[in-house]
Amino acid sequence: MNAIAGQKPSLIWALRISVIVLVGLWLFPTLGLLVSSFRTGDQIATSGWWKALFPTEQNLTLRTAEPDAQVQEGDLWVIEGNLFEEGSKAKISAWGTNAREIDANGPGDTAELRDGSVLTVEEDGAYRLQSAEEMSGRRGPRVFATAVVPPEFTVENYETILISGGSTDNLARAFFNTLTVTIPATIIPILIAAFAAYALAWMEFPGRALLIATIVGLLVVPLQLALIPLLKFHNEIGIGKGYLGVWMAHTGFGLPLAIYLLRNYMIGIPRDIIENARVDGATDFQIFVRIILPLSFPALASFAIFQFLWTWNDLLVAMVFLIDATGETTVMTKQIVELLGTRGGNWEILATSAFVSIAVPLGVFFAMQKYLVRGLLAGSVK
Amino acid sequence: MHPAIQGLLTIAFGVGGCVGYFYLSNIILDTLIFPARGKEIARNIRRANMVRPWLFLFPALLALGLYLAYPVVETIRLSLTERLPGGGSQFVGLANYKQMLGEPKFWEALQNNFLWLLVVPAASTAFGLLAAQLTDRLAWGNIAKSLIFMPMAISFVGAAVIWKLVYDARPPGTEQIGVLNAIYIWLGGIEPQQWLTIPFWNNFFLMMVLVWIQTGFAMVILSAALRGIPEETVEAAIVDGAGPFQIFFRIKVPQIIGTIVVVWTTITIVVLKVFDIVFAMTNGQWQTQVLANYMYDKLFVARDWGVGSASAMMIMLLVLPILVWNVYNARREMR
Repeated sequence: MNAIAGQKPSLIWALRISVIVLVGLWLFPTLGLLVSSFRTGDQIATSGWWKALFPTEQNLTLRTAEPDAQVQEGDLWVIEGNLFEEGSKAKISAWGTNAREIDANGPGDTAELRDGSVLTVEEDGAYRLQSAEEMSGRRGPRVFATAVVPPEFTVENYETILISGGSTDNLARAFFNTLTVTIPATIIPILIAAFAAYALAWMEFPGRALLIATIVGLLVVPLQLALIPLLKFHNEIGIGKGYLGVWMAHTGFGLPLAIYLLRNYMIGIPRDIIENARVDGATDFQIFVRIILPLSFPALASFAIFQFLWTWNDLLVAMVFLIDATGETTVMTKQIVELLGTRGGNWEILATSAFVSIAVPLGVFFAMQKYLVRGLLAGSVK
Repeated sequence: MHPAIQGLLTIAFGVGGCVGYFYLSNIILDTLIFPARGKEIARNIRRANMVRPWLFLFPALLALGLYLAYPVVETIRLSLTERLPGGGSQFVGLANYKQMLGEPKFWEALQNNFLWLLVVPAASTAFGLLAAQLTDRLAWGNIAKSLIFMPMAISFVGAAVIWKLVYDARPPGTEQIGVLNAIYIWLGGIEPQQWLTIPFWNNFFLMMVLVWIQTGFAMVILSAALRGIPEETVEAAIVDGAGPFQIFFRIKVPQIIGTIVVVWTTITIVVLKVFDIVFAMTNGQWQTQVLANYMYDKLFVARDWGVGSASAMMIMLLVLPILVWNVYNARREMR
């Protein structure tokens, strides 16, 4: 398009802007999750995450310290302090002591409360509450403040999710369970598939074409069909629900793609290399181990990424073959679905859990994107 | 035993077992059964080479047969039987299918599935093609592509959470934290909408999630195809005075139509199996049921294996044309 677009600078700009818009649209939802995971539940519930990046004007309901904190100065009883937590950079533009008149006073003004005490609030939230009589009650009076709050972020949510949270909020165990499912389920099919792919690519035998066609067919068989028959089978041979079952299931379901990808790649290895090795007296086994396997590394890597992403992100296979009634072996996807049901409104917990679960695949994705793209190009049936 | 240790042991056993199997079976074949020495050396080597492919293939064939081929047959059988209360089962012919066809929820699922089939592959391919074409000659095109491609790595469940936040609704009068409602209010809407509970349209809000994920896939494949177009055809068109849109629709698209079909069918398969998104976001409520989730309901909630298997067969039936088409193409290519 260079030649054409080059004639019209306006077209180039239209092009660039539309790409930026497109990328923005695609990135926006994920960004929302990321930003939300660093905000407190209150922040998420009171303002859109896109506002979290800029200072916002918020209506806050705050309290002075409780009457226990009062000190006697001459014949006055006084409470002094700051409405905000320490380190807050919020600035009050208006405040009031009555919910119906939240902007009755400006910063630095003094207002009289119903019980006769007077309250002074400064712009930075510092206040002085003084009364002629000793103050009583359990809590300090409410202050309704309109304040400009600078962006504030916290890692508290991650602490809850990974370390301190209770059983439903704590994702640490599910994280390790997911890892436990994923790694064997990624490694084992590669090896089985590599041998089969070599046989299908470089060995002559009757029925080879038929086998390849069968594998292309099995590529698209919905795994929904396999659920009940295999669960029955697992129960009959006594492994029931558990890691062994889920590893075997993932291996079986991953094999067609593995064989197909690897065969497509191996068939592209120059014939000369293999025939020279044969002439030199190498057996098929030696050729496979010494020549084919090292040369096929890119294809092995792309399948490994596919299988890793697929097993890490899987929900259905884990629910059917792994997670039993005790829930001890729950995986992250399942736990997040449960959180969606039970804590649908607690976005700080949800967003953080979801982000923890997608962080690992995203890391793998950005680190090994080259192999992923290569695998996609080889793997889509031409 | 701690699962992590069990996992490591499994890797060791699995990998060791595979390597051991392949290594030992080759040795046994070459030295014990058909030794490459003695009077019949030529015949023995030939025979060993006839057997060897099957040694290489055996574990894969076993796994494929057990985990994919056998279940297809078994599901057909289960869809024709009924479980009896005391265990055992009874052949009931097409009764399960009849029962399934009589359920409104099934028709709703089928109808929605067709809607998904119409919209998602078309939208993903169109967006993917657009993204591929726009980023084609940009200096920072690869970064843009990588960001559009990123949702591919996100699980359907993760995507469901991400989009639930987008669709979130707060009571009227309070600040909206879901971006869609915030825009809706900003544009002058009065009542914030519960997007996922509006029948018919909520299907599109669910589809959007899958389109968002699949566009990157379409873009990557189509972008490679666009790069493969011979420069001369484009140059010739420029010389003849074609505009950018003419070049795109008349020169480029016809040359990659084969790839577009592949992308389309691949996404169609994904759509037919879509389960997690619906399960996590609405679980089929508010008339958003799809076949895969309907099947899960039947199998594991209602525990009706007969009707569940029948609906699984329904999914298989929809996949079948693409399966046949893929096999046909693969065979033609091999000749």
